[in-house]
Amino acid sequence: MTDQPTAFERFVQGILPENPVFRQLLGLCPTLAVTNGMKPALTMACSVAFVLLCANIVISLIRNLLKPHLRIVVFTLTIAAFVTIADRFLAAYFFQMSKTLGPYIPLIIVNCLIICRCEVCASKQSVFTAASDAMGQAIGFGLALSSIAAVREILGTGMFFGIRVLPENWPDWVIMVLPPGAFLTLGLLLGLVNWIELIKSRRAS
Amino acid sequence: MSDSNKILNTVKDSPIIHVAPSPHIRDIKTHTQRMMIDVLIALTPVVIVSVYLFRMYAVKQLLICIVTCLAAEILFVRMRGRSLTIKDCSAGVTGIILALSLPGSAPWFVGVIASVIAMGIGKIIFGGLGMNIFNPAMVGRAFVMIAFAGLMGAGSYENITGLVDAVSGATPLSALKFNNTPAIFTHLFWGNTNGSIGETSAFACLLGGLFLVFRKTASWQIPFSILLTVLFIAGITDLAAAASGMLIVHHMFGGALMFSAFFIATDPVTSPLTSKGKWIFGCGTGILIMIIRLFSGYPEGVMFAILIMNALTPLINRWTNPQPMGEA
Repeated sequence: MTDQPTAFERFVQGILPENPVFRQLLGLCPTLAVTNGMKPALTMACSVAFVLLCANIVISLIRNLLKPHLRIVVFTLTIAAFVTIADRFLAAYFFQMSKTLGPYIPLIIVNCLIICRCEVCASKQSVFTAASDAMGQAIGFGLALSSIAAVREILGTGMFFGIRVLPENWPDWVIMVLPPGAFLTLGLLLGLVNWIELIKSRRAS
Repeated sequence: MSDSNKILNTVKDSPIIHVAPSPHIRDIKTHTQRMMIDVLIALTPVVIVSVYLFRMYAVKQLLICIVTCLAAEILFVRMRGRSLTIKDCSAGVTGIILALSLPGSAPWFVGVIASVIAMGIGKIIFGGLGMNIFNPAMVGRAFVMIAFAGLMGAGSYENITGLVDAVSGATPLSALKFNNTPAIFTHLFWGNTNGSIGETSAFACLLGGLFLVFRKTASWQIPFSILLTVLFIAGITDLAAAASGMLIVHHMFGGALMFSAFFIATDPVTSPLTSKGKWIFGCGTGILIMIIRLFSGYPEGVMFAILIMNALTPLINRWTNPQPMGEA
């Protein structure tokens, strides 16, 4: 296992170079659905972080017991267990937020980002590496979600975390908090990230 | 020595033979700049009527949209590192059509945002003129329509005071839909009703539109099939209601139908290429317009109908692709 990245490399890669949303285009369903405000976006990011960390640790612990043809089933069941915990926790302590997020918390089960990390890292590497990989990817996912949510909430409502940041007479761009706004913002930010990468690679060469 | 000189001289004197890949037949009619200038000429009566009716509101809206569209075109084309395409006039045409489709009372930023979206997300992002899937002006209008529903909706038409007294009031279609009060035919035809600044006068739109059709800049099939479909469905609804012809008149001459059928739906980039395809496109647009007008919360559905049919255009092109001779 000498060719596998180290724990630190895994952690750093998840944040920007292999950002789950902007570089891998994984987990786009919650990215589009819950980013109409900072609060739901961060709640989603935290739930994903919790599920990802726990699932990565458990999968890494049992990685020597996994049978190749059954591994996806085991991944899904492990993820489902932690998603249920997150879902019930939110429903118990953040009832309003749980209602706002609706089906998107249970849908973390099928978030391909988590299955991808279990497959790529946790099922092959040690617990510590898997945990730092989960942290890196979770931070990257959180960054992506909050950047999209910031654009949408500020333009769409003139507010940030529910606090007014733009003048009172700001005309709300209602379209930004509606689904089209999610697609437009994601597309434009993806373009921006690609553009920055292009400039970087041009400078390097 | 002299031989080679002779040969060189004969080469110089002989007529130049151009070698180029097909297509060899180029029609001056399909030149972008000529088409766009035709559209500008055709838009003149509509612009004149809108300025006559809405005065400063129309002038303001036209100026904002044209200037922003041109500026946005220059900016975005630069960003993509392409050569400037401002001379083909298409950005100016988009600006005018966009301005004419906005309510006069809409504040300045509505026109600015709509123009930037029309140029950026409607056109340049797809690769510029000829590559766009949706009509740029309609993309811009749809964006501000959803973003600023309060400033663009039926209510925004009621606080505007133009030259003619009749101009302050609900648009004919929303008055009919929400208050059940019909307008007078002559008002609908000549245009002294309320509405988006370019859509009120059916006469001006017909005048410009027929010019486009006779110049063959716009294909006749699209406007004709749209109007025919709307006439047919409006006729049925009229028969089902009072059978007074009032509904037909409203659906044909009120709202943005005339303007859009001639100037927006006929955009050669976003409408089908074949004659059969154009009929399908027109009939589909007409059906969607009437479905939205009759069964949705919006009083007018031309914009969404055209955008939906734009999305189907590649499919229609594929269905109606003519078979080359000799192929089974």
